[in-house]
Amino acid sequence: MSDVADRVRKIVVEHLGVEEDKVTETASFIDDLGADSLDTVELVMAFEEEFGIEIPDDAAETIQTFGDAVKFISSAQ
Amino acid sequence: MRRVVVTGLGLVTPLADGVEKTWERLLAGQSGAGKITGFDPSRLTTQYACEVPLGDGTDGTFNADAYMEPKEQRKVDTFILFGMAAAQQAIEDSGWQPTERADQERTGVMIGSGIGGLNSIADTAVMMAEKGPRRVSPFFVPGALINLISGQVSIRYGFRGPNHAPVTACSTGAHAIGDASRLIMFGDADVMIAGGAEAAICELGIAGFNACKALSTAHNDDPTKASRPWDRDRDGFVMGEGAGIVVLEEYEHAKARGAKIYAEVLGYGLSGDAHHITAPPPDHEGAERAMRAACRNAGIDPAQIDYVNAHGTSTMADTIELGAVERLVGPEAAAKLTMSSTKSATGHLLGAAGAIEAVFSILAIRDQVAPPTINLDNPDVETVVDLCANAKRERRIDIALSNSFGFGGTNASVIFGKIA
Repeated sequence: MSDVADRVRKIVVEHLGVEEDKVTETASFIDDLGADSLDTVELVMAFEEEFGIEIPDDAAETIQTFGDAVKFISSAQ
Repeated sequence: MRRVVVTGLGLVTPLADGVEKTWERLLAGQSGAGKITGFDPSRLTTQYACEVPLGDGTDGTFNADAYMEPKEQRKVDTFILFGMAAAQQAIEDSGWQPTERADQERTGVMIGSGIGGLNSIADTAVMMAEKGPRRVSPFFVPGALINLISGQVSIRYGFRGPNHAPVTACSTGAHAIGDASRLIMFGDADVMIAGGAEAAICELGIAGFNACKALSTAHNDDPTKASRPWDRDRDGFVMGEGAGIVVLEEYEHAKARGAKIYAEVLGYGLSGDAHHITAPPPDHEGAERAMRAACRNAGIDPAQIDYVNAHGTSTMADTIELGAVERLVGPEAAAKLTMSSTKSATGHLLGAAGAIEAVFSILAIRDQVAPPTINLDNPDVETVVDLCANAKRERRIDIALSNSFGFGGTNASVIFGKIA
């Protein structure tokens, strides 16, 4: 598991209060991890803060799963 | 008009988390004041307040995890957390947690706050200045809005009736209970969860009230002596925080389900001073009119009042309020009246004050005892009224009146009566 994935997982666990093993590649923040639309906005902000990147709103909308997030952040860095 | 009774109580106060622990410490004459620990107060003129004791939940400490999941706590200001906690206590105490849709639609919420999420607003403004607007959390607004206690309580318990939140500075708690009781009387609901919450002990909150010259400043070395209503050496109020919530219920509804009934909401009166933004007029006739209106609404003679829980903030206005009460009841009844200010022990909880003091008035009726005014060592008033100095007073209390007055010149009086 890459460093990016570990850091993203830590943020997701912290913000959504879910067990670490639930945060799988295909886990959807809303459908599988209990987030609502405001939670996902906050998650994206936390990713921006952690990785020092900017995630534009249209890109943020495509980040729906843990895997999406890791992929986007890895390529943006 | 339908009759309204109180069937549940909840308290988070500087004395303790929980109704019975708070009441026990209040009757024992303890103070909730101390040096501010929630943040570094060293830049402030006043460096003490009455903070809610935080801890693991034992010995009356407040453990937020007992009321809200940690991930949810992050999304709300502390005033919402306190309000949710007191609401949970009151609802569990009442035993009213309806699962039928029809019952839920007849149950409403009216919990207010004087100031709301001040600390969140201050912190977010500072953060935005440093990092820019894109860093503002999506939970900032719903975590700071005053009506979000009412919203959160309705979401958690499925209460689908009237959902409302008054904001009248330091009369908020009293207005919430009075207005909510009217909604039941008028048939808009059968049950209302009502009260107030506040958590404004932050650097901006203390600085703001310091600037108004409203706070006590002379007791950085002995905070427990700072709140001293009617005493010669009083020098302003001490800020408190917490929440008070009651479950109000239509009398027949409560009887039909065999609910425990604490007291009846007998009367409610309101008025405005039309005088000054922060000070009452020298005779505070507005306070007298609010009390008279409450007595008229209750259908009682003012002389029948046994106990008054004063607004009594430990300022010069204490004397003015006492004068208004003396005029209200007349000299003969004044000699039989007990009046105390529990703010001497809890500090001034602003928008929650009227709500916790309503609970104290109700408990005074339940236990037939008036809580003391602590630190009243050298009264600067001459009166025949018993101000309950430094010791609780066991006595007959069938009717209790609670006063709350707020900035802007807003006054509310609520009268509770014993159910025979």
